[in-house]
Amino acid sequence: MSAAARHRKEWWATFVMRAIALSTMAIVVMILGDIFLKGEKVLTWGFLTLAPVEGMTQGGIFPAIFGTLCVTLLMIMMALPLGVFAAIYMVEYAGRGRLARIIRAAVNNLAGVPSIVFGLFGLGFFVLFVGRGLDRIKGEGLLFGQPAMLWASATLAVLVLPVVIVSAGEALIAVPRSYREAAFALGATRWQVVRRVVLPQAWSGILTGAILSVSRGAGETAPILFTGAAFYLPRLPIAHMTIPLLGLQIPMVNPLDQFMELSYHVFVMATQSHDTTLTRPIQYGTAFVLVSLTFILNISAILLRRKLSRNERRA
Amino acid sequence: MAVAFKTRIRRQSNRISRPEPTGAMPPVPPAGRVRVTGRRDARWRKLSDWLIEKFFLLNGVVAIVIIGLIFVFLFREAGHALASIPVSSWWGRAETDFDGNEVYVHMWQPNGDRPKYSLIPLLLGSFLVAVPALLIAGSIGLASGVYLAEIASRRTRDLVKPIIELLAGIPTVVIGFFCLATLATLMQSVTRSAFRLNAIVGAIGVSFVVIPVIASMVDDALRAVPGYLREAAYGMGSTRWETTSRVVFPAALSGITAALILGMGRALGETMIVLMATGNAAQVTLNPFVSVRTMTATIAAELGSVPKGGDWYASLFLVGAVLFTITFALNLIAEMVINRMRRKLTL
Amino acid sequence: MSEAVAPPKVSIRDLNFFYGATQALRGISLDVQEHKVTAVIGPSGCGKSTLIKTINRIAEIAGNVRIEGEVRLDGQSVLDKSVDVVDLRRRVGMVFQKPNPFPKSIYDNVTFGPRLHGVNKRSVLDEIAERALGQAALWKEVKDRLHQSAMELSGGQQQRLCIARVLAVDPEVILMDEPCSALDPSATARIEETIEDLSSDYTIVIVTHNMQQAARVSDSTAFLLEGKLVEFDETEKIFTNPSVPTTEEYITGRFG
Repeated sequence: MSAAARHRKEWWATFVMRAIALSTMAIVVMILGDIFLKGEKVLTWGFLTLAPVEGMTQGGIFPAIFGTLCVTLLMIMMALPLGVFAAIYMVEYAGRGRLARIIRAAVNNLAGVPSIVFGLFGLGFFVLFVGRGLDRIKGEGLLFGQPAMLWASATLAVLVLPVVIVSAGEALIAVPRSYREAAFALGATRWQVVRRVVLPQAWSGILTGAILSVSRGAGETAPILFTGAAFYLPRLPIAHMTIPLLGLQIPMVNPLDQFMELSYHVFVMATQSHDTTLTRPIQYGTAFVLVSLTFILNISAILLRRKLSRNERRA
Repeated sequence: MAVAFKTRIRRQSNRISRPEPTGAMPPVPPAGRVRVTGRRDARWRKLSDWLIEKFFLLNGVVAIVIIGLIFVFLFREAGHALASIPVSSWWGRAETDFDGNEVYVHMWQPNGDRPKYSLIPLLLGSFLVAVPALLIAGSIGLASGVYLAEIASRRTRDLVKPIIELLAGIPTVVIGFFCLATLATLMQSVTRSAFRLNAIVGAIGVSFVVIPVIASMVDDALRAVPGYLREAAYGMGSTRWETTSRVVFPAALSGITAALILGMGRALGETMIVLMATGNAAQVTLNPFVSVRTMTATIAAELGSVPKGGDWYASLFLVGAVLFTITFALNLIAEMVINRMRRKLTL
Repeated sequence: MSEAVAPPKVSIRDLNFFYGATQALRGISLDVQEHKVTAVIGPSGCGKSTLIKTINRIAEIAGNVRIEGEVRLDGQSVLDKSVDVVDLRRRVGMVFQKPNPFPKSIYDNVTFGPRLHGVNKRSVLDEIAERALGQAALWKEVKDRLHQSAMELSGGQQQRLCIARVLAVDPEVILMDEPCSALDPSATARIEETIEDLSSDYTIVIVTHNMQQAARVSDSTAFLLEGKLVEFDETEKIFTNPSVPTTEEYITGRFG
């Protein structure tokens, strides 16, 4: 082949690759642009702070925002300690042993399980097995054995667990070995090394992973379809708890209640409301809020990570 | 050999008193040192260390336990379905049509008087979405990965990569909604299909999710190829494209294969997009321009309303078990391929 | 060796060390005298570091290692399963190849060890910090900025901080794994002075690939090659009149 032909081929190949990569970016712009332009129109203060009214054709989406925050918060409260402890075991204790390999394989596989299978699992295990089991022990009728925020959070926690474990593991591995060696050589026990040297260095990386997990959990719909999300609830999932002695009543999020949720709201409004064309603006508005929420989380995680790597370079 | 020995230095330093390097502190005899005291009992420390390790171990094992539980709960229900529904009806069953003729049908219709549990339309539906999705996402993701790893300058890369990752961060329900509300109409005006929502609309939606997965894995695989291979190719006068296509790409082939396999797993497992964009009609067809219903969408659409404990309920778990098995196998294969690549590159 | 009346501080007998299937040490036997500086020399990969890391059992945290033979500290076995490694490592401190201060303040670095071992009283910690930094010849330079980050110190200062950090837990033996390999000549000279000063109170084992350094700081020298101990004798004897030809070849720079 002549040199000119080779260069022409080079030019074409580069051109095609670049064009396709640009088209990927175009897809992102197209989806986000569509959601933002049409969603932004309905975005008012009332839309964010009011409940749906008039058979969900008017009003806002506050209960869905509230439910999303509650369910993801509860999710990360379950997944974070479990995931971080598991990562500590794998990185600091198990090393390259057989058990660590098995755990790693389990985590990888867990990450590849389709989200709808988590939904099946959440219903079959958490709601029907654990929940109904608890009810049978208590013997006071149906309390735990039905879809609820608690079970939805637990299902989501199982789904994001691999994300938490992998990111926490990376944060731990990033702590230089020399710090561990120095601490060991001073007579630190393994736990002292972890607590006084490794964790102080790794916590911000762990936090980044936690934020990404929350974003991931907030965007998932399939696992909560049957484990606690509700089409419409006339009230927030709040119960009043009485403090003994003082007789004070304080409002608390009730994890045994069902809840409305943003991603589920997008889904049901788009597919199951009485008139999907009529409520299209609400659908766009909800999608807009959901995307904004996950983006704020993702961007803060990216910024945090960037700040961290800059700090590392300085150290 | 000019070597200054310690013994000689000592002799010297006895003669000329060297300035005291320790400054304020003359060497203190051992007895005067501050002893590190307050040492905890070694036995207690060993016990607590053991307990702490076991606590972390317990948390580590949770991942294994969960995989085990998913397996048990999925396959226990699926087992009920297999036990109470005759095996042949997973394939199809003979029915009498309106004219009184015997016909053999493949139908998924578990809620009628004569429930039909054929998995054929669901499997076909899943693959009718996943295969086109993989074709689209494979080519776009591959090209984007090659662009990121081999062509883009560092600065463009720092701009393009986060945007592609952004795509992975969009909730799937939003992509499903986009397909349902905007893309489907757009597609119908182009293809003139009778079905606004169909397999190909779902496939395009699913490919949006799979593109970033493949792109970033291909990027990783290409960047894992050692630099000396590239240098060797350039050294022989190859152009950049020749280096990429003949040296780097073959070296990263197993990583790229793994990316495609995992992409297939993602495409088969995607739920919300297909639930919203494929029309959800369980039909036996190979035409991607008609409405179909995937395994995932079937579970998502039906599990909420099905009475717990019956045949229908159990049959949805069987569908889940089939799905789980397929994706599990794909993950396993991908992992094996990746391990092979790692061994090859470290040698 | 000169008439060794005192029992050795550390005695090593028939030590074999395996990383998985590869053997790093082959039948090493040597005695380290108390309050003396013992140097270990040899080409890289000969097992020098592994040898000293066996004395405080830090080599085994990498996992998948097997150790045969005997290492005794003051006559007590070190490798025994029942040994409390935490206490062992307090008695046998270690300074590493690259300065590795924690990304904390100077003060927190020095007092890290004592705090691990349950010393929490501020006045005691202050006293320990001043004493240890003084012994490492760093006190004068840092006494006004004890609460600044240790990362802002120069490489040589960082390494002396690491020495001070070891001294703070009051060890009996100090292992040094090529402590000057990452430092410039003037910083190296100051570390060597510090080693010289410490040798009256502490037993020091130093690994080095710099033969001049071994000659300058040590009382006796061990020469290792491919995991075997080739020769072990007084430093002056090793460098002027080695009894094994291989040692002479190495010292005169014919290989390594």
